[in-house]
Amino acid sequence: MPIYKFLIQTKNKDPRSGGLLRDAHSLGFQSLQSINMQDLYFIEGQLSQEELQQLALKLLTDPVTQSAFWIELPTPLPPSKADVAILEVSLRPGVTDPVAEQLVRAAHEINLDGVQRAATGSRFQIEGLNAREIEALAKQLLANNVIQHWRVGEITPSFPQDAASSGTVETISLRNLSNDELLAVSKERRAALDLAEMQAIQNYYRSEDRDPTDVEFETIAQTWSEHCVHKTFKAKVTLDDGKVIDSLIKTYLKSATDKINAPWVISAFVDNAGIIDFDDEFEISFKAETHNHPSAVEPFGGANTGVGGVIRDVLGVSAKPIANTDILCFGPQDLDPKSLPDGVLHPRRIQSGVVAGVQDYGNKIGIPTVNGAILYDEGYTANPLVFCGCVGIAPKGKHRKNPQIGDRVVVLGGRTGRDGLRGATFSSMTMDAQTGEVSGASVQIGDPITEKGLIDVIVRARDLELYNDITDCGAGGLSSAVGEMASAIGCDVDLTQVRLKYPGLAPWEIWLSEAQERMVLAVAPEKISALQKLCDTFDTELTDIGEFTGKNRLVIRHGEKTVVNMDNEFLHEGIPQRQLKAVISNQLSAISDQPLPVGDIKEHLLNLLSSPNIASKASVIRIYDHEVQGGTVIKPLTGLEADAPSDAAVIKPIGTKGQKGIALSNGINPEFGKRDAYKMTWSVMDEAIRNAVAVGADPDRIAVLDNFCWGDPLRPETMGTLVEACRGCHDAALFYDTPFISGKDSLNNEYLGTDGLRHAIPPTLLISAIGIVHDVNKAITMDLKEAGNLIYLIGEFAAEQKAIPDVPSSTPNIYRALHQAITNELVRSAHDLSEGGLAVTAAEMCIGGRLGMNINFETSIIFNEVNGCLLVEVTPTNALAFEEQFTNLPFNKIGAVTPNPVLKISNTEIAVDQLVHAFNNPKGL
Amino acid sequence: MKPKALVLQAHGSNRDFDVIDALTLAGADASGVPLNELRDQKSLLADFQLLVVPGGFSYADALGAGKLLALDLASYFIDEVSSFVEAGKPVIGICNGFQVLVKSGILPGKQSQAPAKNEATLTFNAAGHFECRWVHLKSASENCVWTKGLTEIITCPIAHGEGNFQVTEAISQEHIALTYAKMDGASANGAYPANPNGSIMDIAGICNAKGNVMGLMPHPENHIYNWQHPRHTRGETGRSGLKLFENGVNYAREM
Repeated sequence: MPIYKFLIQTKNKDPRSGGLLRDAHSLGFQSLQSINMQDLYFIEGQLSQEELQQLALKLLTDPVTQSAFWIELPTPLPPSKADVAILEVSLRPGVTDPVAEQLVRAAHEINLDGVQRAATGSRFQIEGLNAREIEALAKQLLANNVIQHWRVGEITPSFPQDAASSGTVETISLRNLSNDELLAVSKERRAALDLAEMQAIQNYYRSEDRDPTDVEFETIAQTWSEHCVHKTFKAKVTLDDGKVIDSLIKTYLKSATDKINAPWVISAFVDNAGIIDFDDEFEISFKAETHNHPSAVEPFGGANTGVGGVIRDVLGVSAKPIANTDILCFGPQDLDPKSLPDGVLHPRRIQSGVVAGVQDYGNKIGIPTVNGAILYDEGYTANPLVFCGCVGIAPKGKHRKNPQIGDRVVVLGGRTGRDGLRGATFSSMTMDAQTGEVSGASVQIGDPITEKGLIDVIVRARDLELYNDITDCGAGGLSSAVGEMASAIGCDVDLTQVRLKYPGLAPWEIWLSEAQERMVLAVAPEKISALQKLCDTFDTELTDIGEFTGKNRLVIRHGEKTVVNMDNEFLHEGIPQRQLKAVISNQLSAISDQPLPVGDIKEHLLNLLSSPNIASKASVIRIYDHEVQGGTVIKPLTGLEADAPSDAAVIKPIGTKGQKGIALSNGINPEFGKRDAYKMTWSVMDEAIRNAVAVGADPDRIAVLDNFCWGDPLRPETMGTLVEACRGCHDAALFYDTPFISGKDSLNNEYLGTDGLRHAIPPTLLISAIGIVHDVNKAITMDLKEAGNLIYLIGEFAAEQKAIPDVPSSTPNIYRALHQAITNELVRSAHDLSEGGLAVTAAEMCIGGRLGMNINFETSIIFNEVNGCLLVEVTPTNALAFEEQFTNLPFNKIGAVTPNPVLKISNTEIAVDQLVHAFNNPKGL
Repeated sequence: MKPKALVLQAHGSNRDFDVIDALTLAGADASGVPLNELRDQKSLLADFQLLVVPGGFSYADALGAGKLLALDLASYFIDEVSSFVEAGKPVIGICNGFQVLVKSGILPGKQSQAPAKNEATLTFNAAGHFECRWVHLKSASENCVWTKGLTEIITCPIAHGEGNFQVTEAISQEHIALTYAKMDGASANGAYPANPNGSIMDIAGICNAKGNVMGLMPHPENHIYNWQHPRHTRGETGRSGLKLFENGVNYAREM
């Protein structure tokens, strides 16, 4: 069959190319003079010249800006100018290529039925680099071996190979293996199971009097993976003083929520997402996930599918997704490329890929990205962190979680391929220089429009009561989703019914595949046709793969052959509890309590404002759609020129009556994490709650999520910091009366370099807060509003700078008093004190309002980092009423808003223009 | 009688509910109709007085924003949509909907004074990336039923990567419906960020010669409540996006 290669040329310079040139220069390719990106399409089929012309004109080009040129392979394209080198890149076979799929569909729509298959690619015209440099540029910027192949010169297209459908099932001999041999099997299959777990499997199959099939073994490995079963958080931990903690989740996280026993918490820790009360009609759900390991090896795909995954968590509680949050941690953007560990992508490359991945999924699926943060630390160079959060809304009482005997096992959405095999175990392992190559299949590209179809179908199916249970296909694929749903009643599934992207998958691959955009539903047989009709309307595929049986066994067939027949109880309860050791050290003693060295206040403040962790993130925020769905009340950037950082987002879900809204905020502090995990936890809890209260959330209606990103818990010191962080969560939750409703952990964020050294991340805890704003019309932003207003510092300001500030005991009452003042409309603006202390807070408020501020404050402590404090702007006529709210609480009138745009701190004067300039021109980014 | 508005829900539409909300507030009886439902019953379109192609990423922008949905319109509904337009009923395409109307040739449509072969497009933003920010729009047409009589500046967000309006030859003034402006109403003069994407002549929206079909990149449907305004906490409000929909709905009611 002939294959045609189309080159699309842009009449003016392609606007994507400018960014590539900048990125290449910052990666050290200084001699690069120009780079021009062009699109390639490969079309296989019998087509006349006239049809090829039609294809070019109607589908492949924009007639105003582009033209197309094509040849039939193997004829090469005409050579370019002598000193212009060519690099071509295209996707590896089997990697999702939605554009190619649409191309074939659209070609048939315009009656070009000869088009059989399509593939896409890119061509780069490069000037100024030699061949070796071009290869380096390809590896570092233009292509990623994990999902793409590339060539200097012309590429040959790759279509998935046709292969015979495979029914191959292996038996793994386990019953007679020694302990060493058991561990070797675990390692060989990348199962990440320890000896006790392997022995439990061995014992089970001895009692069954047979050996497991590969499908069974892989199913157990996934079901028992850290990712799926959180065995570290459920482990029995013995501390160095002999104390034993039976499960961190039970002892610290869940128990705090149980003790608080808030009547407005609808579901905590049991479902795909936590659920709280919104109003009489609706409930809201919230979940945050991490996608760290995939983002390290393929930043775009890793972040892309991270966003897609957490959206499905919210769909898994039958809710419509209404907002996304993204908190990202990267290595320094100006890191010397030569100092990178082997096999690690440059932090700059990781950031641009991750941000593009978040943008692509969130914008296309139509969910606003309203809150987030970006943090830089050398500890994240080899292990970037990508936290993706999603909020959903659903009418009360409509979510069903109870499969019935006789219900059909129904898969909705995307097709199944080799994507993401063993992703759950991959995420539970330490990475090394080979990880990228070996684990290529663990990473995938998302398809947000297919997932949009799932939203359209599921929200309507929920209202029509068409299903009895629902869950998402995430890590572990069908094995995890179906396995979990069938855990109480059992099921009988035929893998040959599963729709595949391409033939040739072995049964274990079908069962374990982590192909994206799939949900599993339990549907009564008589409701299948109604669900099918909905699916047809929204171009979503429905596949009936089996039945929930009531026999309490997991039975999986491949046609006639039974490939899994396991007792549910063993699969779900048979995992031996992990026994871990923890050493708790007083880390703080290593850090002296010296105050920050402050020379010239002005210089120090301007430096802080332009430092990567504090400076504006506008260049990222603006490429996320934060307005879609029409509910964004407080936007990520605010103020007169919309360039000042909001404390939190507020959204008002479209379709809800009344004036209620939702505040979303986060707290995270890797710097504190390095010093003391327990106190860090208090600080980040305080930060998340403080931010939510600052925009108008009711402090007594805030719930939080935990996301732990840690190193290897088998190391007792690392486990010790994890224990301390969990204890901090418990104590701080009770202190604020703020329950945890869901959480997630990502452990083993370590990188074993070819230098033989371990590169671990700082212990990082993200607290994501969701709070109720009773009236969005009273929401508060942080920008100064009017000259003449008074500035109050509220909260107990600690004059002594500690390695980690304490949380003063009055803090919850400070927040309640502030909330009352906001409710009584006594507050014009409020902004929390965090990194950079009071000085940075004041500067940001000035930037927001383009107004000045005159503050009388002890300059030696103006950069102190404290907890529980905010600056609040109050109209003079309201001063008395405002102060009454804070009777018996610490507050201090420290200054006023001035019409001349100058920030004056005691004797130091800084023009607001200078503040704006520093904040908007980050250094080293 | 409330005029009936059909909001076309294609594979990847995502501001469909936003615009249904805006049309409802403006006095229409608006409903979302999935493209596949309309395909099954094409005559349905004639029962409506307004047609809306909402924002989103139809077919994930594959092969160019709006292109494949434009192809669907041409393949499945060309007769129905043409007679809707010919009848003078108000049609609006927002963002991805604008891209669809342009790439299907419905906009700018027949041009009375234009050169014989003239094509328009919406291409990549001059900055080379997607952008979400609030902009200011000035009505430039008394001919267009959607912008007629709008004297106030419309403040609303954009959220697009391919909103840069370009033509092969020229576009005549009668087709220009909305232009990007500065906050005080002064011309953007092509300068970023007031003109956020590099469109020629600061064009944010165009209409057909008859004035009943309009397309625009910005999202007036996202400024229909006071609290949506980015400076509502500074006392700036106005719901200025709503007025555009009221114009269209009122026109449909009086037809």
